[in-house]
Amino acid sequence: MSGTIQPVVVGAGPAGVRAAQTLVQHGLRPTVIDEGALWGGQIYRQPPQNFLRSQAELYGFGSSRADALHRAMAGILNKIDYQSQTLVWNAQDQALDTMHGGQAGTVPYSHLIIATGATDRILPFPGWTLPGVFTLGGAQVALKFQGCSIGRQVVFMGTGPLLYLVAYQYARAGANVAAVLDTAKLSEQVRSTPALLSKPALLVQGMYYLTWLKLHGVHIAYGIEPLRALGAERVSGVAWRDAKGEHELACDAIGFGYALRSETQLADILGCHFEFDVTQRAYLPVRDEAGRSSVEGVYLAGDGAGIMGADAAELAGTRAALAVISDIQGSEFSVVDQHRADNIEKEMVRSKIFRLGLERAFPFPQQWASHAQDDLMICRCEEITAGDIRQAALSSGATELNRVKAMTRLGMGRCQSRMCGAAAAEILTHCLGNNIQSAGRLRGQAPIKPIPFVSVPVQSEHASQRGS
Amino acid sequence: MPFLRNQPVIQTEVLIVGGGIVGASAALALRHMNIAVTLLERDVCGAHSSGVNYGGVRRQGRGLSQLPLSIRAHAIWSNLSSLIGIEGEYIRSGHLKIARSEADLVSLEAYRARTVEYGMDLQMLSTRDLRALYPWLGTRAIGGSLCPQDGHANPRLVSPAFAQAARQAGADIHEHTRVDSLYFDGEYFRVKTGPGFEFKSRYLLNCAGAWAGKIAADFCEPVPMTAIHPVMVVTEPLPAFMNLSLGVEGGGVYARQAPRGNCVIGGSRGFALDDTRARPSREAINMVLSQTVELLPTLRHAHIIRSWSGTEGSLPDREPVIGLSATTPGLIHGFGFSGAGFQIGPAVGEALAEIVRDGHSSTPIDAFSISRFTQAA
Repeated sequence: MSGTIQPVVVGAGPAGVRAAQTLVQHGLRPTVIDEGALWGGQIYRQPPQNFLRSQAELYGFGSSRADALHRAMAGILNKIDYQSQTLVWNAQDQALDTMHGGQAGTVPYSHLIIATGATDRILPFPGWTLPGVFTLGGAQVALKFQGCSIGRQVVFMGTGPLLYLVAYQYARAGANVAAVLDTAKLSEQVRSTPALLSKPALLVQGMYYLTWLKLHGVHIAYGIEPLRALGAERVSGVAWRDAKGEHELACDAIGFGYALRSETQLADILGCHFEFDVTQRAYLPVRDEAGRSSVEGVYLAGDGAGIMGADAAELAGTRAALAVISDIQGSEFSVVDQHRADNIEKEMVRSKIFRLGLERAFPFPQQWASHAQDDLMICRCEEITAGDIRQAALSSGATELNRVKAMTRLGMGRCQSRMCGAAAAEILTHCLGNNIQSAGRLRGQAPIKPIPFVSVPVQSEHASQRGS
Repeated sequence: MPFLRNQPVIQTEVLIVGGGIVGASAALALRHMNIAVTLLERDVCGAHSSGVNYGGVRRQGRGLSQLPLSIRAHAIWSNLSSLIGIEGEYIRSGHLKIARSEADLVSLEAYRARTVEYGMDLQMLSTRDLRALYPWLGTRAIGGSLCPQDGHANPRLVSPAFAQAARQAGADIHEHTRVDSLYFDGEYFRVKTGPGFEFKSRYLLNCAGAWAGKIAADFCEPVPMTAIHPVMVVTEPLPAFMNLSLGVEGGGVYARQAPRGNCVIGGSRGFALDDTRARPSREAINMVLSQTVELLPTLRHAHIIRSWSGTEGSLPDREPVIGLSATTPGLIHGFGFSGAGFQIGPAVGEALAEIVRDGHSSTPIDAFSISRFTQAA
């Protein structure tokens, strides 16, 4: 292989670690860039080194997988260039622009595997900006990385498999989980069982968390609709509605989320082709079975290109790395690699069936946009409400998200719509009677996350004399 | 859709191609003259250069030939909200052009002396003035020229609002309507569009911005226009500290602080992704960041949260093409503002409307004739 081969993996979660490991197995020395302090990603986030809690307590059933993944990365640390706590904020001309501890850097690549993971999909409810309200992912970070609970009396609300996992992790850590409030109906979860049987082990895990929570007296309600977080200065309770009527419960923290959304900004900046995914209600970068994007030399793996979960992400990371190997060699796989690739692709099909089952078990709350009042805050950075979005649509004729952004400032704050974009698309298309796809997608722009001015090395006096 | 074939041809007096600030303000001015007008916009109105530019609303620094239009525009801007129904974050903050050398100061003073008759009230500021008035300015600034009544506005609000106002005044505006073919049949302009409509008109206004060169060429008067891609970055919202729009003599970055608190900073050039989309380059972002720290040291620890670019038509002499076609009666151009069209756009729109109504503009525009290129060829 020539000296210009420089594979780079962005992300050190399940997909990124397995991708790096596979590249190392084939004699390559990848650069692995990750925002985290330690590898593991969001789901297998490692505690700081002086933490004493065991992996089983931290991760639940995922502990053996977490342990295996952590060991896999530890085993290749001297065979990769590992850049932790490093943000990739831009990309251009086969190089990534990075930021680490206030220092700017540029990392060239010949082959790039994007394994950037996901964040919570947020559907706001009245009071969601009160102190004490967290996303499910944020609640996990607090627990795993900071060793603290988001409150003394915690309610978890929303839907998705993460809802029960986080509740379980909190309860195991000794937090008082006051209730788990699921917008999905129990009947939907029962109906989805056949599809979920495609991954019996995962189904059993999910049922275990649920049963454990019930056995430990945690109140679980199905088919609920969040009404509001109670409290003036901070959360003092939660109100919701279900078939039996309206309810209130005292609590001092709420963790909420509605499954996950992919972090696709880097793929976007690189010009990858996106298509609308009906299941995930989002535009996602297109990839082939092996993970190749539409841009030569750019590969996609894990939840960053569509939510499939941690186990599938490990497979996708391995598969994408095998595709890199194959593309570098410009020839057929070895028998071993071919076998491995085939097995992964078969396994991925099962993951897709399971994924569809999850979608049925924890369906997107279709009524959300129609129930959202005009004063509901959607973009908290810029304080743009559902009513503002509707007004932009109905009086200014905006039918597409970029136009709504221009009219209202929606998505113009620090998060650059990563948190509000999904909800805004729902509000916009619902009030126009259009399908969700017609909202389009907000254009990705550098920096992917905020960067400081001073991080850039100061140019020489001569160079800064004149601009164009 | 077989019915489309039987669509009647839509006839109008004036057909405008391009819904940027020039085309939209021409449509609005024509409606105020009670002249029938249809505007065709390929995307949505005010979404390209007119909507994504820096937002400078300044006369200072323009060449003498542009000042009559710019002064006329200044009066239009002072009535902005009554004209388009919104304030558009327009602020007469003052525009300070900074000198970083004695030569810069000489140049600024010469400009002041040359433009006294235009009433811009330019004030030369010494180093001491700068330190006293604007302590947040970097020390490389040794003086400057202040135009107290220049300012800035929010282009993504103002430019679409011109189109909205024109629509409310009776202009027939078609967005998402790409011009596929156009010709002059000796009496009427005939235009076919992407959605399958056909239009005919007495007059055709070419306000198609970076894409106007194609139309000029279709009427046998090609211009040496290129696309430029100015780069902007914006900070997170910051406490208000800067009550000016800033420029630098000789070029460099330019900066303003929006009412929301975000600082918008422009400079350098990005690159085209395709015919209609552009992106800031790594080099441009780095240049803007490092020059900004020099100009505004107080931003050292602020974050930028977004960057963007756009697609703007530029001509070699950096002056626009405004006025009658040299080849085709009824064809009127207004394009190629080379990165400085936002402030004068509304005045150009009025001038184009006057040409339709009167055959000439009441504000001198001879310097911008398209024949300056065809004669040279």
